Amino acid sequence: MDISRRELLKASALAGGAGLVSALGFDLKPAYAAAHDLKISNAREFKTVCPYCAVGCGAIAYVHGSGGINTVNSIIHVEGDPDSPINGGTLCPKGAAQMQLAMSPRLQEGPLHREAGASEWTEVTWDWAMEWFARKFKDSRDASFVERDEEGRTVNRCEGIGWVGSATVANEDAYLITKTMRAMGLVYIDHQARI
Amino acid sequence: MTNHWKDIQNADVVLVMGANPAENHPCGFKWALEARDERGAKIITVDPRYTRTSAVADHHLQIRPGSDIAVLGGMIHKILDEGLFHEEYVRLHTNASFMVVEGFGFENGLFAGFDQAQGAYDKTAWEYELGSDGFVRRDLTLQDPRCVFQLMKTHYSRYTPDVVAQIAGCSAEQFLAMADIVCSTGTADRVGTIMYAVGWTMHTVGSQIIRTAAILQLILGNIGRPGGGINALRGHANVQGATDHAIVAGILPGYLSVPSPAQTSLASHLAESIPKPLVPDTVNYWGNYPKFLISQLKAWFGDTVGPENEYGYHYLGKPAGDATWLSMWDQAHQGRLEGLVALGFNPLLAGPDVPRLLQAMANLKWKVVIDPFMLDSAEFWRAPDVDPADIQTEVLFLPATHWVERAGSFTNSGRWAQWKEQAIDPPDGVRSDTWILSELFWRVKELYEEEGGAYHEPILNLQWNYLNQREPRLEELAQEINGSDLRTGELLSSFGQIRDDGTTTSGNWLYTGSFTEEGNMMARRGTDDPSGMGFHHDWGFSWPANRRVLYNRASADGDGKPWDASRPGIRWTGDKWIGDVPDYGPTTPPDQAGAFIMTEEGVARLFTTYLVDGPFSEHYEPVESPTPNILHEDVPTNPLIHWYDGVRETLANGRDDYPYVCTVYRVVEREHFVTSNVPYLVELMPDFFVEVPYGLAEEKGIKNGEQVRVWSKRGEVQGVAVVTKRIKPLIVNGETCWTVGVPVHWGFKGITTGSMANNLTPFVGDANTSCPEFKAFLVNMEKA
Repeated sequence: MDISRRELLKASALAGGAGLVSALGFDLKPAYAAAHDLKISNAREFKTVCPYCAVGCGAIAYVHGSGGINTVNSIIHVEGDPDSPINGGTLCPKGAAQMQLAMSPRLQEGPLHREAGASEWTEVTWDWAMEWFARKFKDSRDASFVERDEEGRTVNRCEGIGWVGSATVANEDAYLITKTMRAMGLVYIDHQARI
Repeated sequence: MTNHWKDIQNADVVLVMGANPAENHPCGFKWALEARDERGAKIITVDPRYTRTSAVADHHLQIRPGSDIAVLGGMIHKILDEGLFHEEYVRLHTNASFMVVEGFGFENGLFAGFDQAQGAYDKTAWEYELGSDGFVRRDLTLQDPRCVFQLMKTHYSRYTPDVVAQIAGCSAEQFLAMADIVCSTGTADRVGTIMYAVGWTMHTVGSQIIRTAAILQLILGNIGRPGGGINALRGHANVQGATDHAIVAGILPGYLSVPSPAQTSLASHLAESIPKPLVPDTVNYWGNYPKFLISQLKAWFGDTVGPENEYGYHYLGKPAGDATWLSMWDQAHQGRLEGLVALGFNPLLAGPDVPRLLQAMANLKWKVVIDPFMLDSAEFWRAPDVDPADIQTEVLFLPATHWVERAGSFTNSGRWAQWKEQAIDPPDGVRSDTWILSELFWRVKELYEEEGGAYHEPILNLQWNYLNQREPRLEELAQEINGSDLRTGELLSSFGQIRDDGTTTSGNWLYTGSFTEEGNMMARRGTDDPSGMGFHHDWGFSWPANRRVLYNRASADGDGKPWDASRPGIRWTGDKWIGDVPDYGPTTPPDQAGAFIMTEEGVARLFTTYLVDGPFSEHYEPVESPTPNILHEDVPTNPLIHWYDGVRETLANGRDDYPYVCTVYRVVEREHFVTSNVPYLVELMPDFFVEVPYGLAEEKGIKNGEQVRVWSKRGEVQGVAVVTKRIKPLIVNGETCWTVGVPVHWGFKGITTGSMANNLTPFVGDANTSCPEFKAFLVNMEKA
């Protein structure tokens, strides 16, 4: 049988509870039940990895809400994953405060545009924003693309657009960034690893 | 990391230098404490400050910022001088016996071959001497004055304890007390590891600091062994993965090279990318380079590429020169960059030289910032002292999902790729990075289809065969990265299956095996550790090939027997290797090939031609230094530094106006800039501060808690003085040297705001990586 460390902890907690009843000779059940009525008891568990440094601590996000498409689901608690061979359930102050990052009221919603010289943002739609982005991207690419250098060699590079980031996205997105931007001919590509 | 977090438990000595893991990697650092508590390991810190790591270390040595090569070089000298090296390891697994061409040497701060006009080395002066068979000549006695071992011994002989002490600002006795412990691991039954971070990389000699550490660990026989290695402690959740997948100037996924203009055909690029074997028995694994590149191009461009169009080789842009961070901002500064996209990044605060970056950003026509939170970089047009009316840059801010609103894998410092689940859905007004990228791709492609434009064949031919083309599932991307066999349609299980004939795809060969027909290996959660060594092969996926300790062939001797039977990496049973996934042919007998399969030498390099600024390391002063270079006054700084226009004028000329050394760092309560949005963390560490040594504070009349102003020739900061005894005055070349420190976490956005540390830092980088010199520069200071 393959018992994980976490399952073992659960099992020993139960065994400990049972032992307590017999050792004391009276039934602690009512108090015991109350102690176990934790806020995470009805939450769903999701295995995640801390978003801060590169130790890669395993974490568990506890989510309230059924997961249905018309429900709002929110994270109510995040704790270290005891099964992780890296952190064994521990977290540092930052990792322990992950929930405040995940559920922050400061998270932005909706694209914003700032005109040249303007002192404020203007709210725009996603459709407007992506049309603007694609237009600027193509125009700068067209204006700065070098097919052949001064020695006549094929270089096919876009000199006028830079791309930076990110060390905070998943591998799969990181790969897609490289694939797409190299296909666009960009050469000024870098991320946090350099600095 | 050559090894991984849990492996640090196997060490006898843990040298922490250029890092402060108790503060910045606390849950990883516990493995050093485990080593101390369980096996009596010694923890050493060498740092300009007495850090939180020093507080739990067995020994602490305070040094001046920028003196690392002298300190490490001093240990190399001590080991060679006193015969403390692991002799059998050095003979077997390093290039110590290789002969170097006549005329190689080092004089007045320069290695042989320096071309003054070019400001570069002619590396033919550093080549190995070849025999008539075309392979390197060797002196197995290690006695020939032209063999690497003797050259190394001569080179580092100048780094005596007294010289080290003068440069670093400690005493010779203090240096030796530290060195005695570190140099004690040159035996088969002892192992030492090194934990370093950006305290080493962020110097104009950063690459050479790490090379010095590599030489030190190789002569002690510590590379490839459990409990050994050189471990880079990285600072972002997926900085390792983003590097592996090459959001990096100069490389393609899997550390393949971005082609140069001079490589005018695929054939010429491949010819220059395959190293020539230097000994008869090297595996020379980079000989497989063509397979990896061709399969990557097939993953990207599918059936539109093949031998007839060089597999789309010319779809790749060939940069005119360096295209790294500083060069990019220099282009912007010169008005040559029209647009910039920053995704999950706050470049303004990242620096260096924020005033210069602000000018550069203002020269952009447009800028797009993609992030879950509003960033200083998106609002640079209303940064302190900036009038928005003066900034003509158009800016778009796109709110993106964060890590638990999306699945996917993060690769940690120890090369473990771990899958994370999506826990919650993003709000309506937020889109994933994948969606934004796909939308940009499709819209640009459609514009080219409608109206034509500059060369766009690669855009039209880019493969986007995902179920939802406007937002690919991350599992699909993970499978594309892994690669598949086009003849069978099956996912590959190992990079040994990758071919160069266009019949396989692989987005990144290093991750082949991470998502196979058996499923997503990165999502594995098996906790078994049958060897007891902490390898955990059933947890996640560790590149390459699920190997947990790199170079592990070197953990065993010539017969394949572990140097230390109680801490085996791999072991030869007579017909196969057991233990960790071997860094060697699984059934190749131990004497068939060199242990270091990635090098053309087949062994590790104590001497190399791969860096631009020297085959050995050398102490050069930071570009802003309080003292002359006592080793060679005429060549005080790294002669291979690239100087951008107008930057020399932004540097202090000696210590007259800027008498104090300054360094920057992080604190445990904060992670760069994003934590300025987290109330608990802001409450724990609310204000920007300046760490001022006790004696200096007294001298300047500064009391703990008062406001101080610190300025360099580039900019200034103001914050709360934290008067501390953790930084002591040093005597450097006979003069008192004070170091002050500032944390990097503040800007003008966030729950609390504060000075940007990078107002102070210089716009100059390492000669090899161009990683900026954030860690040692000069400032002045007064009570505000």
